[in-house]
Amino acid sequence: MVVVGVGGPLVVDQFGLLQLTVFASMCILALSLGVVWGYGGILCFGQSAFFGLGAYTYAVTAINLGESTLAIVLSVVLPGVFAALLGYFMFYGRLSDVYLGVITLSVTLIFFNLMNSTAGDAYRIGSARLNGFNGMPSLPTFNVPGNPGRLLDPTETFYLVMALLLIVYVGLHALLASHFGRVVVAVRENETRCELLGYDVRLHKLLIFTLGGAIAGLAGSLFANWGAFVSPNVFSLGMTSQVIIWVIVGGLGTLGGPIIGCLIMQYLATELGTQQLANTSLIFGIIFLAFVLLVPRGVVPALIAVRARLSGAVRARVSGAPRTRPIA
Amino acid sequence: MTDPILQTVGLSIRFGGVEAVRGVNLALAERELRCLIGPNGAGKSTLFKLLTGQLQPTAGRILFHGEDITGDHTHAIARRGIGIKTQVPNLFDALTVREHFWLSARRTNPRARAQVITEDILERLGLGALAGGVVGRLSHGLRQWVELGTVLAGDPELILLDEPAAGMTHDEVARTAELVREINRTHALIVVEHDMQFVRMIARTVTVMHQGAVLVEDTMDQILKNSAVRDIYLGKHGGA
Repeated sequence: MVVVGVGGPLVVDQFGLLQLTVFASMCILALSLGVVWGYGGILCFGQSAFFGLGAYTYAVTAINLGESTLAIVLSVVLPGVFAALLGYFMFYGRLSDVYLGVITLSVTLIFFNLMNSTAGDAYRIGSARLNGFNGMPSLPTFNVPGNPGRLLDPTETFYLVMALLLIVYVGLHALLASHFGRVVVAVRENETRCELLGYDVRLHKLLIFTLGGAIAGLAGSLFANWGAFVSPNVFSLGMTSQVIIWVIVGGLGTLGGPIIGCLIMQYLATELGTQQLANTSLIFGIIFLAFVLLVPRGVVPALIAVRARLSGAVRARVSGAPRTRPIA
Repeated sequence: MTDPILQTVGLSIRFGGVEAVRGVNLALAERELRCLIGPNGAGKSTLFKLLTGQLQPTAGRILFHGEDITGDHTHAIARRGIGIKTQVPNLFDALTVREHFWLSARRTNPRARAQVITEDILERLGLGALAGGVVGRLSHGLRQWVELGTVLAGDPELILLDEPAAGMTHDEVARTAELVREINRTHALIVVEHDMQFVRMIARTVTVMHQGAVLVEDTMDQILKNSAVRDIYLGKHGGA
């Protein structure tokens, strides 16, 4: 990641750099679901709700202020607060996993329909027109903090996005290694045991869900900045299912997995889109099915398993000892 | 007698037409070891679920150190110092044995201390060789010990053990009995068990439950002579 972050601008052209920038933004979105679902065990079908909320928050704030710093901060805070409210009702209301999926999916589709129906002059927040299904074009892009006149060029934006991706990735690693993170994983494994040990399950789920919402919001603001455009599509069914596919393909329960899955699928989407050979959604559906049936654990865990088996076989041949230790 | 560590007053729970626990009055002294026996469906495990807040009683109260904990959340009760090994072990299947003990110890201890406790429990239970193994692959008997160790790592004042010897070989049962006696030097315990041999190894006071209510409470010797107890276990006409 660091290598790409430093070397990217030296190797690829302007177009490639823009591609990498949006890929990296989406990787942050993938990480947000990867941690909520893969580690927290919370299947959120509506991660795009927080992503879209972040994108619109950035758009509205940046237009009104003409300065991007506060807009970025708000695009993290607002989806985080919204996730906390939603999570409070879901986790403290003791809803089961199935309802959680249904509710989160409904929420993002409600946003989708809501934003689609905001066409016309009446729907504006401050000086920002929401424009319904047409979306909001010509958004102010990132500027140097405190200096609205000095906009970041594509290379600088790329460095910023890569740095943010790295911070999120490393930060999540540290979090998952901490006491809190280890309890979150324990909650995924067995809620009853956690409660019997004195850990408040609801609180831990709420906190990790909120964090996931905030990170998705950050990804949303990066996405809005990248195209200088935001439309209700950020809330769409296609958007939200895409994130789930990234995580499944890359591997649930890892942090590298969602990133790898996101890169593979985004690259494929771009290639398929330019080739016009077949419908991208159709191909995505086939890939998704293939993974669920053939590589249910995803690319990264499958590779780890293969490597362990190979090194185990080598070791067994060297020492002549059986690889698996008999238990008791 | 000192104030009881745990006391229940008229504790009852009703599921529809069935009263699974009926007006149970129980008092447990500090550092007491109480065995709870009774045939299947007597309400022993249900009583444990009431004591740990996994079920809410329809009537009655639970006092821990004289404070009313009836209706408290499970995690809040655990924080007061009640630990339980459940009938079917509740474990984190994808996590290692060491992680179980650490998670339990870490809730009340700083990082370094939790590490020491974890290693200590691993050694005490002789699970050192399995420390890095994933718990989901262990046999039932070993899972029992992992759960017991997990409870011990949290060092709760009162420990509830629901069938701790189930699924164990004869030697393992004997070791578990010894462990229970050792724990009892510093902790109060309530042990539910069907294995009478095991109960005889550890028991002092025994409470017999039948159809949700306390039938009799006495020493092990008296219980073994009690004809009512024999009747509920063997049937009214089944005595030799």
